[in-house]
Amino acid sequence: MSTLPDSYTQYPKRREGYDHDLYEWSNLHERPAVTWPKGSVAVWLCVSLEWFPIVPGGPFKAPGHMVTPYPDYRHYTARDYGNRVGAWRMLEAFEKAGVKASFATNAAIAERYPELIAAVQAGGHEIIAHSTDMNGTIDASLGEEAERALIGDAMARLETATGARPKGWLSIARQQSFATLDILKAEGLTYCCDWVNDEMPYRFSNGLVDLPLNHELSDRQIVTVQQKSADSWGESLRDAFDWLAREAKEKGGGRMLPVHLTPYIMGLPYRIHALEALLADLAGREETWFARGEDIVACWESQQ
Amino acid sequence: MQEGAPDPGLYDYHPYEGRAKIEWPGGKTCAVWVAPNLEYYEIDPPIHPKRTPWPHPAPSVVGYSHRDHSNRVSHWRMAEVMTRHGFPGSVSLSVALCQHHPEVVADAAARGWEFFSHGIYNTRYSYDMTEAQERAIIEDSIDTVQKATGQRIRGWLAPALTHTPRTLDLLAEYGFDYTCDLYHDDQVQEVKVASGKLASIPYSLEVNDHYGFFVYNMSGREYAETLVKQYERLASEGEKSGTVMCIPLHAYLIGQPHRIGPFEEALEHIAKDGRAWLATAGEIVDAWRAQVA
Repeated sequence: MSTLPDSYTQYPKRREGYDHDLYEWSNLHERPAVTWPKGSVAVWLCVSLEWFPIVPGGPFKAPGHMVTPYPDYRHYTARDYGNRVGAWRMLEAFEKAGVKASFATNAAIAERYPELIAAVQAGGHEIIAHSTDMNGTIDASLGEEAERALIGDAMARLETATGARPKGWLSIARQQSFATLDILKAEGLTYCCDWVNDEMPYRFSNGLVDLPLNHELSDRQIVTVQQKSADSWGESLRDAFDWLAREAKEKGGGRMLPVHLTPYIMGLPYRIHALEALLADLAGREETWFARGEDIVACWESQQ
Repeated sequence: MQEGAPDPGLYDYHPYEGRAKIEWPGGKTCAVWVAPNLEYYEIDPPIHPKRTPWPHPAPSVVGYSHRDHSNRVSHWRMAEVMTRHGFPGSVSLSVALCQHHPEVVADAAARGWEFFSHGIYNTRYSYDMTEAQERAIIEDSIDTVQKATGQRIRGWLAPALTHTPRTLDLLAEYGFDYTCDLYHDDQVQEVKVASGKLASIPYSLEVNDHYGFFVYNMSGREYAETLVKQYERLASEGEKSGTVMCIPLHAYLIGQPHRIGPFEEALEHIAKDGRAWLATAGEIVDAWRAQVA
């Protein structure tokens, strides 16, 4: 039997606070109350616009990427369905409900599908950065210089294609390296959505804001990974909203409900009704404030 | 137990049929204990040759931050719901949490919860530890929890469910009363140890929220229904001889806004039923020990 080195039972970072310096601990329930301009629950719709190159690349394979040997037409086209059809269905659903969303957009989408970007912008929605394409994954194995180049490339291309520099960033699979937060700050970003440890915005040590995008409530997690129905997804979202509204009422102060959507998943004909019904329900609740990511961050920052 | 033995020889076979009657206080038929895991996962732990802590090179953002949700947000949701319906916690504690986030440990202690050890961190694995290393984590656990809460821990749930063949013997030697590491029964059972005595209290992987949500892919409501079904059956069977139901939890899972509401309904159902003895692990082991000696 092999044995472990003595270092394995030594703990140099065992101390008050975290075993890193990226942000400080704080208890959500004891922070000063934040109030929204309307209602008590900020509902943040975030749609991912993804282009999967048919040959996977990057430090790790993005969730949803190709599965079968090249050329994997099955998954390539099924993903592209989201950009050709599903996203348009979502835009229509948003318009019907009178709500604005954030669109986490690969630079490649902005370049390849200008009609979609124009429709997103015309609808008053926000575009946030979502790397170059679905091969633009980041982790510590990428190396800091390559990561800096990747993020810089994504930001420059998105700025050119959309006419504006995004304020928000979503990493693919929310995976970062220890260098990411500083690179995002240096690129002029205000917030990222990768860390899911909180339910309100909070500030990293370097000043960047995290706007937590609950990954467990995403359509990818509930429908694709856990294989539940779209109606089950809708039920979980309603349960979450009810609890947050109750908590906001009891404790005072606003709460937020992030709703992460994927056009090739929730934008299918047999699932879109679940999104439409949810939007209609929430639009009828007095506690609801539908808001884009940048609006939530700005409102939160104004009260810090 | 003997290293490399094909049968680890942990306990004798006792068929469920025809056992002596175990009686719980107040004539209750099912002892229900809730086991919140209060954990700390390191962002960049040393690599163990037999197990990788995270799916990505550090920082594995979703893995780390999801678990961190417990210590910033969801612990209080889970704890308040338990307190509201009269369920004490028996905490499987990553004891380094006493250093990292003493606020969370203090909250659990203030609610009168019992603590047992879940190792130093849930990112340090016991496989291949030397006896000296294993003694060190046991002694560290006893000392750390004693200093933080005044409690002498009585139980053990191995960090990330990792053991050595000597773990159970060492626990008995150090005077621990129970282990939560064996999943062979719905009643407390005797573990065969080298010296002293050690009880195995039913913990549960099957109705653990982690299994519910990530192995069986349940929705929050399906998990709540599962708990009620588990309880109803055990409460009924407990008329013959008292049963034990454990509800193992992780705040970052059960305390999410979409799950905590249905979970509260399940707790309310069990609390109001009348057949449940809402107890801590230590109380259940004591009541059992008093009847089997």
